[in-house]
Amino acid sequence: MAARIAEAAANWLIPLLILAAIAGSIWRRVDIFDRFIEGAKEGFTLSIRLIPYLVAMLVAITLFQASGAMEILSRCLEPLLGGLEGAADLLPLAIMRPLSGSASLAIVSDILERRGADSLVGRIASTMMGSTETTFYILTVYFGAAGVYRGRHALVAGLLADLVGFAAAFFICRIVFG
Amino acid sequence: MMGYLWAALICLSILTAALRGNMGAITPAIFSAAESGVKVAFGLIGTMTFWLGMMKLIETSGMMELLTKMLRPLARLAFPRIPAGHPAMNAILMNLSANVLGLGNAATPFGIKAMQEMQKINPLGDTASDEMCTFLAINTSSITLLPTTVMALRAAAGSANAADILGTTIIATCCSTAVALLADRLLRRKVER
Repeated sequence: MAARIAEAAANWLIPLLILAAIAGSIWRRVDIFDRFIEGAKEGFTLSIRLIPYLVAMLVAITLFQASGAMEILSRCLEPLLGGLEGAADLLPLAIMRPLSGSASLAIVSDILERRGADSLVGRIASTMMGSTETTFYILTVYFGAAGVYRGRHALVAGLLADLVGFAAAFFICRIVFG
Repeated sequence: MMGYLWAALICLSILTAALRGNMGAITPAIFSAAESGVKVAFGLIGTMTFWLGMMKLIETSGMMELLTKMLRPLARLAFPRIPAGHPAMNAILMNLSANVLGLGNAATPFGIKAMQEMQKINPLGDTASDEMCTFLAINTSSITLLPTTVMALRAAAGSANAADILGTTIIATCCSTAVALLADRLLRRKVER
């Protein structure tokens, strides 16, 4: 039920927003088409400017996975978690989550298939995925858009937030569903 | 920091491939990744163009003023040096609203626009301003209250109640965002002094 309400909300929000923006602009006698084009013109150059940043980041992340380095890092970290339930499944997700949205979504999908969507590990993985962001992608794209080279503490703050998000997801799910 | 991490990822990957006798995978991976970087940028062009056009209409329709009024106390707290009604503030508010509602496709164009506008008032040149760091702390920690993609994935995997992770997700999101904002404030002081 809640899922269907959430889905309906997601489907309705954007069309209603567009409707309200157009209706409000007509009400205020704005030349809507001209104004729309005026804003839209920037879309192309802003997107194209991101290419060098995106290529640089994607090459590094793809190599990390394709070379097997990700797998080795995951195996090295596993003993540190001292046999917490689902560590073998959740660690690769935690490592990939800040790096790649599509790769981590594939890992979640795999966990849900193998362990069951309603298992504890499945729910922890879902909560981890939903409560964090692809930190590297956001930093790359956003700093790329601004042309900023020195990001100061943004990366550390973002990774710290991911780490806390993962830990929170793990423990809260154990309390609620465990 | 980003530069060192980038270098570390590439160097460690090549070393790993060498030790595992997997060097043949490196060159093809580089070129397919480079190509997909361009594809991601091209994939953004359509949504960027549409939403930047739409944002003008959201501004002219008066909805922006409404949103600004509603979120002004929060915005003033997080971005005290950006005046209300500044293009950077408008884009920030649109980005945060879209993020909270789980509208990722709309959030990215507004976020990119926000960064570009913040760069225009950035006193530090090619170094990130305080406002940019705060904005990125909020964005990288996720503020989504409706994780639509995950719920769809759960439903597809045969979950009896795909939305039962809504509550735990919101709590975990609040934890990570609180830490991101705290880290932003604490680390910023260290940098300045």
